[in-house]
Amino acid sequence: MDFGFCLSPSSHVQMDKIDLATFNRLKETNPDINTCIACGSCTATCTAGNFTEMSFRRILLMLQRGKEDEAKKMIQRCMLCGKCTLVCPRGINIRKILLDITR
Amino acid sequence: MKENILIIGGGAAGMEAATQLKKLGLTPIIIEKSDALGGHIAQWDRLFPAFHPAKDVVAPMLESVKGIDVLLNTEVNDIQCDADGFKAVLTNGKTIDAKAVVLATGFDLFKAERKQEYGYGIYNNVITSLELEKFFRTGKDERINNPKKIGFVHCVGARDVKVGNTYCSKVCCTTALKQACEMKEVFPNAEVYTFYMDLRMFGPGYEDLYLKTQRDFDVKCIRGRVCEVSENMDGRLVIKAEDTLFGKPLKMTLDLLVLMCSMEKNKSIDKIQQQLGVANNSDGFMQNRDMYLGMNGTAKDGVFVAGTCTAPKSLPDTIAEARSVAVEVFNYINNK
Ligand code: SF4
Ligand code: SF4
Ligand code: SF4
Repeated sequence: MDFGFCLSPSSHVQMDKIDLATFNRLKETNPDINTCIACGSCTATCTAGNFTEMSFRRILLMLQRGKEDEAKKMIQRCMLCGKCTLVCPRGINIRKILLDITR
Repeated sequence: MKENILIIGGGAAGMEAATQLKKLGLTPIIIEKSDALGGHIAQWDRLFPAFHPAKDVVAPMLESVKGIDVLLNTEVNDIQCDADGFKAVLTNGKTIDAKAVVLATGFDLFKAERKQEYGYGIYNNVITSLELEKFFRTGKDERINNPKKIGFVHCVGARDVKVGNTYCSKVCCTTALKQACEMKEVFPNAEVYTFYMDLRMFGPGYEDLYLKTQRDFDVKCIRGRVCEVSENMDGRLVIKAEDTLFGKPLKMTLDLLVLMCSMEKNKSIDKIQQQLGVANNSDGFMQNRDMYLGMNGTAKDGVFVAGTCTAPKSLPDTIAEARSVAVEVFNYINNK
């Protein structure tokens, strides 16, 4: 019998199940990837971010929360202008990491 | 016998150390490079977290150093050390013999023009936290004309590899919120925003100030670091940041932008510091023996440190260190 109920999928980030392979691979060549303090400078200054959803800060988070597909989709907006790298207060080589993700 | 203790620096740390050393029966001599005692704190209007007038702290300090030898407009030119102690040649040509030296040389404010993207010295309406404090004290600053929208930028010259300072300057978060509230007092109709990365409200009563900032003063704290400042056609400032909690880049037009400048070690003492054999730590401040039991000691016997010459500190921290350095010096002299 159908009572009209259904189970909604959990909206949690399933930290027990996520696949960190890409993030861990990046970390080997870019150890500074762990040092982001989520200040948002890269996103605020981003040339692509003026018109699209592009945000390096969020890409880093996506990779650490199992949303690799979303991250790769977002990266397509990037014009590799390097402005983000200029402003990062942690000195993260953002442009290089963006290139490495797509490799 | 007179046991001279040479204190370099006549700010809060130097004055308080001198007062305590005198009470302990020693003979402190303060060397101050400017024309007055008091240091940075004498330029401050009110103190966080409870808006206590700075002069209520500075005045008793000035009172208690009366009777202590103070040399104003004077610096140490050269200092030598032998078995008897230290011999300092001053810029006024005099020589002072001392049994111990206390470095209480404090900090320099980060030069805001070094962070070019914030436009200090380029745009008229960008000012520093120190200049705002002066405005509170004197009521005068041509750049502050009944602003309707005011922004504060945290961490200017701190937590930023691009300027070479990776440390947190400790007191500027609390100062920003204090000054934000004070701006609302002066300009009740203004909108006030602060742009922070983390709000470091580390001390007693500081979190209460944060609460007051939100509840009583309606100051808006936005979590994001300002990355660019420009000027529009009307001469107003346009800032860019990401509102990281909302997850979107943000633009805002402001009438006044206040930069919370960090502390850097006062570098005018570098030569003497080198002669004394006191190194810098990785943040460019003076290296003390260790940050726990050796906070007032240095690698060199008879050379002591107190206050912000070793790291950014609040006024209560500085006073506490100045008092403890007096005990350290006293013990050093008596165990020799
Ligand atoms: S390199 Fe890409 S992510 Fe960085 S600022 Fe330019 S467009 Fe944005
Ligand atoms: S600018 Fe650097 S530290 Fe700030 S959010 Fe971007 S990557 Fe992280
Ligand atoms: S105290 Fe606050 S404003 Fe100052 S450097 Fe630290 S985090 Fe930045």
